[in-house]
Order: sequence, then structure tokens, then C-alpha cells
Amino acid sequence: MRPPYELVGARPDPAFEISVDGRPVPVVPGQSVGAALHAAGVRSWRSTRFGGRPRGLFCGIGVCFDCLVTVNDVPALRACVTEARPGDRVRTSAADSGPEVSGR
Amino acid sequence: MTRVYDLAVIGAGPAGVAGALEASLAGLDVVVIDAAPRPGGQYHRHLPDSFHALRPGALHHGLERFMRQWEALRSRAEILLGHRVWAVERTGGDAAGGTAGATVTVRCLAGDREERPRAVRARALLIATGAHDRPLPFPGWDLPGVLTAGGAQALLKGSLVVAGRRVVVSGTGPFLLPVAAGLARAGADVRGVYEAGGRFGLARHPLLAAGKAAEAAGYAAVLARHRVPYRGRHAVVAAHGEDTLTHVTVARLDADWRPVATRTVECDTLACGYGFVPQLELPVQLGCATRRDADGTPVVAVDAGRRTSVPGVYAAGETTGVGGAELAEAEGRLAGRTVAADRGLRVPPLPALARRVDRLAAFARALHEAYPVRPGWRDWLRDDTLVCRCEEVPLSAVREARRLGATDARSVKLLARPGMGWCQGRMCGYAVACLAGEDPAAPRRPIAQPVRLGDLAGLEHPLRKDDRDDP
Repeated sequence: MRPPYELVGARPDPAFEISVDGRPVPVVPGQSVGAALHAAGVRSWRSTRFGGRPRGLFCGIGVCFDCLVTVNDVPALRACVTEARPGDRVRTSAADSGPEVSGR
Repeated sequence: MTRVYDLAVIGAGPAGVAGALEASLAGLDVVVIDAAPRPGGQYHRHLPDSFHALRPGALHHGLERFMRQWEALRSRAEILLGHRVWAVERTGGDAAGGTAGATVTVRCLAGDREERPRAVRARALLIATGAHDRPLPFPGWDLPGVLTAGGAQALLKGSLVVAGRRVVVSGTGPFLLPVAAGLARAGADVRGVYEAGGRFGLARHPLLAAGKAAEAAGYAAVLARHRVPYRGRHAVVAAHGEDTLTHVTVARLDADWRPVATRTVECDTLACGYGFVPQLELPVQLGCATRRDADGTPVVAVDAGRRTSVPGVYAAGETTGVGGAELAEAEGRLAGRTVAADRGLRVPPLPALARRVDRLAAFARALHEAYPVRPGWRDWLRDDTLVCRCEEVPLSAVREARRLGATDARSVKLLARPGMGWCQGRMCGYAVACLAGEDPAAPRRPIAQPVRLGDLAGLEHPLRKDDRDDP
């Protein structure tokens, strides 16, 4: 069991998967799309309009809008405050503009 | 017939929950509204039930107390979680400021994706919307792997995600300590805590002098146990990497925060924060008077009972001055009692509570004075450093705007577009104001959250004084 889980004595419900640009990403039930991506080592999933620069989580609490994703065709959702649901299909602007979602 | 509550509380953090509980115990019909799926706000952010945590309080100071209040509140008040408030309006009442017949309409969007508009009406409003991190720009702060300190904390407290493997914590203020200690305990290799403002080491941390010795000593012990170096008057002044963070430049700073010597620290994650920005959109929409806090930040002005300048509108917690969860809770309780008294209920005065608020507020002022943001951070920026992340506005464009005659933050914004993107200046507003040579102004955002045009068009009488709609 990983240290943060030991610390609080967590025994989470079984994980499920969501699809991010066609790639499976595991989710602990209750996690946001952004938390699941970050936990999976995916640090960026959006390209900026002008510089094409990679972005992912920054404020983590729904204020900065850097982590926007499309979930099940609903556009412009903040990944950090959108709770993941089994079967969610997440599309990122990093995928729209060409380059692969970058891992850590 | 639309239900009209006695009191609507916006924000289910320490201030909002304490205020709602006091008001409902006194006999008021209360509704509590929060954007998050769980109560707690930023400070008491906690795991969903699906984690089945045996010791949920292990990562939190005071979570058990908060959850007791929450359980007591749940059976007494209407709770609307997952409701984002985008506008508030006050209607009725007399021009002289009387409260007779006046109501507040709180416009929300319910749900985190298939959102539905909903309006809530109440005779009084308690604003407890809290604060978010205040970042400072520096080269590379837009690289993936650079997070706000609050963001790193939220990942851990809210979903047991450790922000990175090798983490550097930098910024100013007492909040850096719990963030670094939490990350270290959760298994991160914390490469260092760099406090820009502290002249002294951890042994003379202002928290110790200000009556928080046990809490500060606890963090210090965790950092010592995990061999985390703590450096006062140091800061991360640049972040590096191609598409993700690989290392940072740490500088020793002079008294004004100008770098005097630098070195490189390898890391995959940086958690940084330079204090907090109170979320004032809603009180500003209502016309509540603001004042400057000890550090120049605009906050809602309130009287000793937490009344704002607008009749029937109250505020507590970080919106009235950043001071932490304990102060927020005490202010919330005071506010809830004042609302009940103002609505004609018998509420015995509680002088000990007022004294507690005064004492904690004095402590908050002392901390603000101990952790000012010094002007030398501007020297960390290069011409191509983004000041505004959303609109990708570099420092050179802000300077160009100033050369073209923009002498205040608003003119800079109109000429160079910093603050015009998705976040509406929440991230860069402080920096842009400083670069324009003025104190940050209270935000004017008539729409506090992004709203789909269809929802705006769907209003029966969009934002008119006699609006009476309800879903």
C-alpha cells in the first residue's frame, strides 16, 4: 500500500478506468479527472492557443482553468473539479492539435 | 410559490458551516450552497467516502471538529453541494437601506457537467467564499509540474495523489509548512522548502512567536524527520524543462527579494504560493464596501457583527481578511448569531467569542506583517516570461502597454490583455497590479463563474430588479 493510503488507513473501492484520448487511465472512485491523470503520471493535456505550450494542473481547485478537457463531448470542463465516472471518454486539446499526451 | 429561506450561506468551509449552524440552532431556516461535491472548503478538503479512510484526520488539523459541526448542520439546514454560484442580486427593500421585504437571489449552476440553472432566494446572505492561492510569475511558472501550494495540498487531501516524486516547495507564508510536511509524510522526496520572506530559520518561525507553537513544532519535526531543508530568504526564481519540469533555480534573496546567488535543484514538481487572494466577486456584485487588509489586499469591510455595508448581507472568513481556518470558524459563528439577532430572534451575546475573533485577527495581522511580498520579485522576470497564463501575455507586452501610456492595471489589461482569459485575472491580477505600480483592486466580475449563453438566455427576466424566476 502506498504511503498516503497507509497514512489515513484508506481501503478504497475498486478502481475503474476512463479513456483519455483513447488511452485507459485508472481512477480511484471519487477522484477528479485531473487527479487521476496526474496520478497516472500525465502532467499535461492541453496546448495553449498561441504558443502551443503544454498545460495541465496548476491551481488544482477550479480557479485557473489551465486543465480544461472535453468529457463525453461536453467541452471546456475543468479536469480538477470534474469527478470521473466509469466509462468517461475524455478528449484533450493536446490530442486535437497533434502531439501525444505527454507522460512524466 | 418559491421558497424563501431566512438565510443563504455561500461556502461550506469553516466560516460558512459554523455560521449556518449557529443561525439554524437559533431557529432560522438556512440553506448552504457550495460548488464542491463535499463540504470543507479548501482547508477541510477531505477524501470521498469511497476511500474508506480509517484515519481521515491524519492529514488535517481539526477535521474531526469540522465534521461534527457538519453532521449537526445537515439535519437542520438545506444543503446544496455541487452548486456553483455565478451571480447574486438583492431586490426589494427601501432606498434608505432598510431590510424590510428585501431578498437576495443566488443564481447557481448545479452539477459538474450536465449543469442545470437554479435560483435560490433568501432574506439574508452570508458570504463565506474563502480564498485561492496567490501566485507570483517567474520564468517557467507555466511548465507542467509547477503547481500552486494549494493545488498540491488539494491533490493530497482530496484524492490521496502525491503531487510528485521529487518536490520543491517555495513561496512565502505559514501555509508552506503544512504543504511540505504533508508531502513528506505522504512519501514525496521534498528537496527543500524555500521561504522568500523568512529572515530566520525554522527555529524562529513567526508561527512560534504567535501562539501556534505546537502546530509549528509538529511541522518542524516532520521536516526534520524527513531531512527536508528549510531555507529562509530563498525562493525558486525560475523553473526549467522542455515540456515538463526537470529542475528549478533557487536564489538566495536580499531584503527586497532580489537574487544575490543562485543554484540548481533537480525536481519534477514545484509547489509554490505567495499568500492568498480572497474571492470577492459576489460581495462586489452586491456593492459591498471593501477595505485594504494589512498587506494591501482588498477584502470585504464588516462591522463587529460581520455585517457588510449592504443591509442583510454578512461576510466571514477569508473574504473579510485572510486569517486561517480557526479565525474563519469564529467569524462564521459570530456572523450566524448576528443574522439571527438581526432577524428578531433572541440570541444571548457571547463576549468570549468576540474576544476570540479579536485575538485571532491580531495574530493574522502579525502574520501578514511577517510575510510581506517584497518588490524584488519583479527582477526574477525576463522579457518573455508570461505574466498572464491564459492570454499568454509576456512581461514585454505589459512594459509596452506602459510605454504606450497605460498608467494603471485596467489600462494595461485593455492594451495588452492580461487578465482577459479564462481565469479572468484570478491568477495574474496581483502581479499585473504590482507591475502597473498600484495595489490590487477588488475584482469586478459581473459573472463569477463561466455560464453557457443558453443559461443566460434562459433567464426569465435577465438580471432585472423585479426578477422572480425559479426552476
